[in-house]
Amino acid sequence: MMDVIQKEMSRDRRAFIKNVLSGTIAGSLLLVIPAGAMDLGNIPEQITGMRDDTEPFITKRKFAFIVDITRCIGCGSCCVADKNEYQVPDGMYRTWVERYVIDDEDNVYVDSPNGGLDGYQEPRKDIPHPVRDTFFVPKLCNMCEHPSCVQVCPVGATYQTDDGFVLIDAKRCVACGYCIQACPYSVRFINPKTKTADKCTWCYHRVRKGLLPVCVNVCPVQARKFGDLNDKESEVYKILHQPHVVSILKPGMGNKPSLHYVGLRREVV
Amino acid sequence: MSPEHGVAAATALTNFVFPNDLHVHWSLMIVLYPYITGIVAGAFIVSSLYHVFHIESLKPVSRYALIFALAFVAFATMPLLNHLGHPERAMSMMFTPSASSAMAGFGYIYSAYTVLLILEILLIYRPTLVALKKTSTGYMQKLYGVLTLGSDNVSEKSLALDHKIIAFLAAIGIPMACTLHGYVGFIFGGVKANPMWATPLMPVIFLLSASVSGIAGIILSYILIKTFTRKALDMDCVRTLIKFLWGCFILDFVFEMLELFSHYYMATHHWHQLHALYFGPLYGTFWVAQVGIFSVIPFVALGILSLVKLPDGVVKFFGSIVSLMILIQVLLMRWNVVIGGQLMSKSERGHTVFHPEWFEKEGILVSIIIMILPIVFLFLLSKVFPFWLDDDPAANKQSV
Repeated sequence: MMDVIQKEMSRDRRAFIKNVLSGTIAGSLLLVIPAGAMDLGNIPEQITGMRDDTEPFITKRKFAFIVDITRCIGCGSCCVADKNEYQVPDGMYRTWVERYVIDDEDNVYVDSPNGGLDGYQEPRKDIPHPVRDTFFVPKLCNMCEHPSCVQVCPVGATYQTDDGFVLIDAKRCVACGYCIQACPYSVRFINPKTKTADKCTWCYHRVRKGLLPVCVNVCPVQARKFGDLNDKESEVYKILHQPHVVSILKPGMGNKPSLHYVGLRREVV
Repeated sequence: MSPEHGVAAATALTNFVFPNDLHVHWSLMIVLYPYITGIVAGAFIVSSLYHVFHIESLKPVSRYALIFALAFVAFATMPLLNHLGHPERAMSMMFTPSASSAMAGFGYIYSAYTVLLILEILLIYRPTLVALKKTSTGYMQKLYGVLTLGSDNVSEKSLALDHKIIAFLAAIGIPMACTLHGYVGFIFGGVKANPMWATPLMPVIFLLSASVSGIAGIILSYILIKTFTRKALDMDCVRTLIKFLWGCFILDFVFEMLELFSHYYMATHHWHQLHALYFGPLYGTFWVAQVGIFSVIPFVALGILSLVKLPDGVVKFFGSIVSLMILIQVLLMRWNVVIGGQLMSKSERGHTVFHPEWFEKEGILVSIIIMILPIVFLFLLSKVFPFWLDDDPAANKQSV
């Protein structure tokens, strides 16, 4: 009887070890093979030709981001998607949506409770005069051609890639906060988890895989657009080269943002 | 004064603050950093007035001013390190700096200045240190051995060479001390996104306030140390220091006011923000405290102390009070610039608030400790370097 039990036990042990080993090998393989590359097979390319580009820097492209103020409905989907994508800590915002209300006396009221994360479900009730106009303005990193943050970073942790992205190397950042002071658009913050500067990246990791930034992806009214200005068929090229009312934020700063706004109003800062 | 023109009306302050602007990132530590650096630069200038410009009446404090500068320079980076999210990477600023960064340049200027200060102190004190080495025993003797740089040679020829080097170091030390603090002003003045900071006058104001705080620090500590050790004060020295303090403070205060007046007069669209700031959250700390109490009163008092012949006791008493007021004025100026500048949101529509806590990492208690540490260090330095010529065993050889 004991022999049978012992045989059974050693068989189980063998099976256990076998399972552990195969699991370990499979797990290691999963780590070695880039998971993204495996997943992408099922996801259609959103930025044409990106996956054919194997160069370390995408020098042939000039990316631009366009926000169409005339379209934004202030639902906050972009903010939710962004917070989800990057696990953005509460009280910090890689992107946010502002609500502008202008009354008959030309007073401008702006708010952005919780960065617009919860959407604007109720109208403002504290406006003393009849409202003549209202609109929403999504904000994110302006990806300046002449970025102040890159200029001031003492250790080169904030840098500009050849393809025009302004990114942060969290392994180098000392969190001095100089970039936060220098950014005219206040898109930066110190991430309390990493204790380094953080900001919107236009979803560089997605773009490199031919996917649109998450906020662009989820926008139900296509108020956020992203594309390559060197591609004359792209929507962003067409918008910027057709007679639209297009502007940038704080042009006087001289930073030359790559973030453009369609229908930007003079009240917007 | 109300901004009724153009865009200003369209962007009237309705207190909208960009979500990421609610938090003030540069806190008390960054208030202390220019404050301490300024005291260092100012104290060095006092020393140079004797060593380079040969203002003989400042001889009694000429060596003390250098030790005073050393005590503070040793702790100038402490608030910065405490502020950094990753202080362990701080040396990257020195080893792998970004050439375009104003901040990265500070590390080099600060280090070069510190080396120069230490060299100058060791050379000026060399005959003293050699004499002390001979009379001391144990660890102190070893310490003096290190500080004399291994040379006991105090011959005429050797001291003459020292003298030449000291004069050279002091001479290059003046532009370096000016650069040190002018540069701190530039670190703020170069931030174009902040309309309060972004003015070419910022380095000038920082440098002048640095001189003022350094001189005031020397006057106050000189009077206090001499009073508490029951030793005689050199009143001629105190009176000269007060005159220099008055002169520097006239320039400092006038430029501070001119800077604000320029903003008002130019009335760009930034003025409505600054106006709302100075007459809003900064009203108490700027107009009432910095300008009203701690500038106007010392301004008048220093004039009287400098121009009217007053008894020694009066000069001593009011000289120390006025110096303390000036030290508070400069601290308030640092606060109003550093914190005040950040209260304005880049939304151009509102202000955030800042209330320092007592017991946080960059809080009030830590700030007090950081300000006490240089004083403790100064006390320790006094055990090694005799401040005053009266206590110096090699005073007869002390030509500088």
